[in-house]
Amino acid sequence: MTTIQDTPAPTRTRRLPRVRWTVALAVGVVAFFALAAAAPQLLATHDPTALDLTASLRAPSLDHWFGTDESGRDLYSRVIHGTRESLAIGLGAAGVSLVLALVLGSAAALAHRYLAGAVNRFVEILFAFPTLLFALLLVAILGPSATTQILAVGIGSAPGYARIVRGQILAARRSGYVEAAVALGHPRGLILRQHVIPNAVRPLVAVFTLCVGQSIVWASSLAFLGLGVAPPSSEWGALLDAGRTYVTHAPWLIVIPGLVIVVLALAATAIGKDIQARLESGDE
Amino acid sequence: MTPTLQTESPTPAVAPAVAGGGGTSRALRAARSIAAKAVGGLVVLWGAATAAFAAQLALPGDRATVILNVRAGQAMKRTPEELAGVIEQYGLDHPVILQYLTFLGGLARGDLGNSYQQYRPVWDVIGEQIGATFALTFTAIVLAWVLMVVWVTLTAGRRPQVRALGSLAETVTAGLPHYWLGIILMLVFALGLGWFPVIGGTGLHGLLLPALTLAIPLAGFMGQATRAAFETALTQPFVISARMRGMGDLAVRLRHVLRHAVLPAVTLSGWALGATVSGAVVVETIFTRPGIGKVLVTAVNAQDLPVVTGIVVVIAAAYVVANLLVDVAYTLIDPRLRTS
Repeated sequence: MTTIQDTPAPTRTRRLPRVRWTVALAVGVVAFFALAAAAPQLLATHDPTALDLTASLRAPSLDHWFGTDESGRDLYSRVIHGTRESLAIGLGAAGVSLVLALVLGSAAALAHRYLAGAVNRFVEILFAFPTLLFALLLVAILGPSATTQILAVGIGSAPGYARIVRGQILAARRSGYVEAAVALGHPRGLILRQHVIPNAVRPLVAVFTLCVGQSIVWASSLAFLGLGVAPPSSEWGALLDAGRTYVTHAPWLIVIPGLVIVVLALAATAIGKDIQARLESGDE
Repeated sequence: MTPTLQTESPTPAVAPAVAGGGGTSRALRAARSIAAKAVGGLVVLWGAATAAFAAQLALPGDRATVILNVRAGQAMKRTPEELAGVIEQYGLDHPVILQYLTFLGGLARGDLGNSYQQYRPVWDVIGEQIGATFALTFTAIVLAWVLMVVWVTLTAGRRPQVRALGSLAETVTAGLPHYWLGIILMLVFALGLGWFPVIGGTGLHGLLLPALTLAIPLAGFMGQATRAAFETALTQPFVISARMRGMGDLAVRLRHVLRHAVLPAVTLSGWALGATVSGAVVVETIFTRPGIGKVLVTAVNAQDLPVVTGIVVVIAAAYVVANLLVDVAYTLIDPRLRTS
């Protein structure tokens, strides 16, 4: 099982194409959805709940950019109005995940060695569970809802991030500047506060960005399985779940919400990797 | 170990004795390391079993009532007579620690408990379906390897544009959600072009699209790790010396570089088994394939926890076995690990 530790963690892969326009595009995408979450009425072209049975299941057109659903509701406006809830679930899950990861990761790196060993072993056991499986176990206990999605995805993806946190803290502890501070006779608490924690936490900005994108994907996977927010909502996962019924007749109902999630997740990944690359080059 | 081995072969035939002695101690060391890994694997399994047991306790409400409600599919008050039967059947009146030990003892004998809803052993429910899921995940991992090796060999260490394209494709495919990729593949190749059946079925023909859905993101993911190692290996002295001997570029890449570059991906494959099983849940839903993924979703919906936790334990076991195999594969690919 220890071999897993040698694995480069998914988020730490280097060799990204250093093309500036991808990052610019990603920032644009995120800004667009941030605006949609803050003020959906500015971007929506129709009332997201207005029924129009004469225009049901229309393919994307100039009037209905993303087409319409079975009740004639404009899909583009529904996607825009669902942004707030989808982002909230993604951010919430990433927050839960990161807090847990900080607690477990710093315990595994800083606690007394027996406790640290035990915590580390515990994290490794949790890491053995596939994220979605873990999330499904929690949904089985708590029943499907937005809160469950946040908790299930947050807890499910925490072990991976806990390993990253532990690695960061250990790397900071072994660094030259900490050695120098120890040699200068600085007290342990001061070294932790001034050197180890800031240097270990800074890379987590990148991790958090990657985590938000991943969380939205996991949460929408749960929703796709019918275990998310109930369909009247226009949360993106709920749109996917509702669109499944019409996959042969009106594929845009599932393809477009899926594409929106993919685009946002890729944008988050691109930004996260860019931050990571900047931090790493800054360290050198 | 080595001293005793040397006394066994004190003959002047130095070279074979050293080789033989090295071999035996190497085998011993390998066996010991595998044993340590197996113990680690048992700890993981024990953790999975404990989590599974805790999950059954964590269902809100009185357990006997919950079990009856899950069976009936509706929540209502139960009479003491009804409850007594269930308490008797599941031993709910015993102390928790005794229930836990009974559960662990059952697991050790291969008994995963009884389904709340289906009135039969969980193992029967899973056993019928698990073959289809393993066929799917196995095919997916093999396909992912083929895609990844071809793609990395073709694009790594080439002109900057080709390299950028190569790693961009990996980043994008690694991030694709299974549900979306599966729908796109189904729309294009099954509904649009009609090359494949829309509903998966169990045949080889129906297996390809579901397996590709799992394989493409996995290939992208493994490709990211392999590409970095591949490009490092390309600059190594042994590559230059192979080129100086007049070896062609493709032969160098396949015979020398690849062997060094695939190690991270081998490690990832053990981990990938878990990840593809996760994805299998989604893929089986899209392509209406039989498998434990569908059983799992149904059980989660019905809160049939013994089935859910049974699947968790079985997948954890598969994960442990896969990682042991990965360790063995590692030493086969990299002879340096046998001596170190």
